[in-house]
Amino acid sequence: MSVDAKQAPAEPTPLVRMRGISVEFPGVKALQEVDFRLFPGEVHALMGENGAGKSTLIKALTGVYTPAAGVTTLDGREVSFSGPAEAQAAGISTVYQEVNLCPNLTVAENILLGREPRRFGAVDGRATRARAAELLADMGLHIDPGSVLAEHPIAIQQLVAIARAVAVDAKVLILDEPTSSLDQDEVAELFRIMRHLRDRGVAILFVSHFLEQVYEISDRMTVLRNGRLVGEHRTSELSRLDLVSLMIGRELGALAEVERLAGQAGEEASTVPVLEARGVGRKGSVAPFDLRINRGEVVGLAGLLGSGRTELARLLFGADRPDSGQVTVDGRALHLRGPRAAIAAGIAFCSEDRKGEGVVADLSIRDNLILAMQAANGWARPIPRRVKDQLVEKWIKALDIRPANPDALVGKLSGGNQQKVLLARWLVTEPKLLILDEPTRGIDIGAKTQIQKLVAELAQEGMAVVYISAELEEVVRLSHRVVVMKDRAKVAELDQNATVDDIMRLIAHVDERPEAVAA
Amino acid sequence: MTSTRPLDRFRASGLLWPLVALLVLLAANAVVRPSFLALRIQDGHLYGSLVDILKNGAPTMLIALGMCLVIATRGIDLSVGAVVAISGAVTCSYIAGAGDPTGAGAAFAGMGIALALCAVLGLWNGFLVAVVGIQPIIATLVLMTAGRGIAMLITDGQIITVRNPAYRTVGAGFLLLPVSILIAVAVFALVALVTRRTALGLLIESVGINPEASRLAGLRARTIRWTVYVFAAICAGVAGLMISSNVSAADANNAGLWIEMDAILAVVIGGTSLAGGRYSLTGTMLGALIIQTLTTTVYSMGIAPEITLVFKAVVVIAVCLLQAPKARAVLLRRTRRRHTPPDPDAEAAGRPSTHTPTSAMVEKVAQP
Repeated sequence: MSVDAKQAPAEPTPLVRMRGISVEFPGVKALQEVDFRLFPGEVHALMGENGAGKSTLIKALTGVYTPAAGVTTLDGREVSFSGPAEAQAAGISTVYQEVNLCPNLTVAENILLGREPRRFGAVDGRATRARAAELLADMGLHIDPGSVLAEHPIAIQQLVAIARAVAVDAKVLILDEPTSSLDQDEVAELFRIMRHLRDRGVAILFVSHFLEQVYEISDRMTVLRNGRLVGEHRTSELSRLDLVSLMIGRELGALAEVERLAGQAGEEASTVPVLEARGVGRKGSVAPFDLRINRGEVVGLAGLLGSGRTELARLLFGADRPDSGQVTVDGRALHLRGPRAAIAAGIAFCSEDRKGEGVVADLSIRDNLILAMQAANGWARPIPRRVKDQLVEKWIKALDIRPANPDALVGKLSGGNQQKVLLARWLVTEPKLLILDEPTRGIDIGAKTQIQKLVAELAQEGMAVVYISAELEEVVRLSHRVVVMKDRAKVAELDQNATVDDIMRLIAHVDERPEAVAA
Repeated sequence: MTSTRPLDRFRASGLLWPLVALLVLLAANAVVRPSFLALRIQDGHLYGSLVDILKNGAPTMLIALGMCLVIATRGIDLSVGAVVAISGAVTCSYIAGAGDPTGAGAAFAGMGIALALCAVLGLWNGFLVAVVGIQPIIATLVLMTAGRGIAMLITDGQIITVRNPAYRTVGAGFLLLPVSILIAVAVFALVALVTRRTALGLLIESVGINPEASRLAGLRARTIRWTVYVFAAICAGVAGLMISSNVSAADANNAGLWIEMDAILAVVIGGTSLAGGRYSLTGTMLGALIIQTLTTTVYSMGIAPEITLVFKAVVVIAVCLLQAPKARAVLLRRTRRRHTPPDPDAEAAGRPSTHTPTSAMVEKVAQP
């Protein structure tokens, strides 16, 4: 269908063109003046860290969100969709990360749901199966269209979802993290189908956190960071290292104070271990790893999203139960049955999911602050009101929590202040080891600096800290040692002299065996 | 920043509107039938419509108290009605089969066995919800359906009648006031004391608002959820004793039929959200009283049985709307526009502790 178009040696006209797209939510600019082009017959990867605006861009394209500014054209005509259904009618189909099909229906019914061939007004089952079989064969898939969807593994369901998406003669196919639950062979099968569709002229927009897969399948990529476009490149012309640095970016903040403090603490970091983990791991979560954290030391965990950095932290806290290895705290073996065991041993953990796993939104600052301490005390021994008030007053002042009203509901606070309440919740329990997962994500720069400064100060006072952040600058600035994670395993441990470049090289590093042999 | 003015604090507690609704209902009854408020003492017993409301409402109050804690943890317990039937069936069967069916010993043993069984049933519910992880509405539906069958098996499908003075005291006895209401108030006081004087209430609310955050903060979320189901089942068991003792019989089919709905309604009317979290025991008691008063009103006003349930529904909707700040704001705006000119000063003076848009505006105007 696109033979004529392909003959032109010059760059073909884009199928989709978005110009100056801005999307705003109350208080947040999710996308700012982003340009985006998608050509027929290409696989285009949309790259960026969490919160960079990938999903927002997809939703702006498919009509889920209405952009505050900007123009979208499809095939040269200006379009503005009221929702995914309208976008699909215009030829833009989306397959989401979770399979959005009906598991109790057959494969054929799922593929043609809502557009089944009819006969005398009723659904024609035989024609439905025949049409579905045709479509599947067309994609080179051998799936019985009469079988029930739920009988198939997720990978096949994903392919059925794609078959459904292209069954409407889609010109644009959007695949949002299609590979996250697939194994290697299944990914290969998916990629075969993607190439097949691409060669037929379908424009494919592909989102994935797996760099290797992106390099294997994509022809071109667009990189977003913090809601802004940072570049559009041919995949063959952009090295992995450049991509990672585009995605993560460099922030030149005036954080000299933090650095000075971190430096001081570094000199004083002891060699007395607080926690030692040997061979700790969990199947499907993190490969077994060794880790030692000393008193007064900040250990940074660096890695891309999905690299296993959060999973590792959760294992250390017993939020997920490790299924191998031993942990000792202060030389004593610790059986990580659950968070209570970890807390009793002096470990504290702030989850990256502040709303879902951190604050208790409908309780006051006071109640949130003393929650962990109260839980450790047990229900029968309430903390006396006087002690409570003293603690709350002290920590509100120490961390500059606003509003400074102990009765304010935590759900009404800004992200930065919620994070401070969470920190205070753990600090009142006087932990030996504090695990912070993305403590500075989504909060304003002022609070960010305050929290980093606090971490440096705590380490100076002898607390051991595990610090996770997507912002490598932050990790490097604060940490005495950096553990690098990749593909759900610990791949390296760097000392204090590590630079952002070192870490990026490790993250972007490929298993370049042929080259290694050559060298 | 908490206002020290009692009226403001009361208004903030969310009890104002249920209380208003209750008083309006009582007043309506008194207008229609002046003898409604009359109380008289006869043979050391207090009699009157108000006393009847308390006495008949006691089982609902008890069950609603248990339900309130369950709902606070984001759960719900549909099986309480069936537990009521089982509790009565077990006690009456035991008493009827005992060596001395009129003795106090038989009554106490029977009640003890019944309540122990109810605790086991609560353990079962809690196990399904907290350990297996089944959604509470489904998990307790199991016992709601099976429970009446179990009660029928115990009674052999018959209505078992007993003549046991000691047993009769629980549901029909008087110590000036009906014994049943004394029990309900005692349980209320006990629960209020245990949950509000210790940290249990805070922990229950925390689990209800955000279970995962609570677990990660070191709360025994599972144990807490489990415990509230056991407590709810025991409350239902005691209510079952009251109901069966009041008529000296165990009716497996009809004892406590639909009482779970009344209990859930009482909790909601009392200002506790079905989404879990913050709960109000006092509100729940008020809610149960409203429902019982409503039932009594329907009978005493001679409202036709065909429209009884519709009438009940209308009142319940009205109370729920009154509680919703949004609905109240709409209503108030309507009436104010119609009746009185806007008076921002009065508004600002009335609620000094909160920043309503009006008071904020006044402050801005006041500053040059």
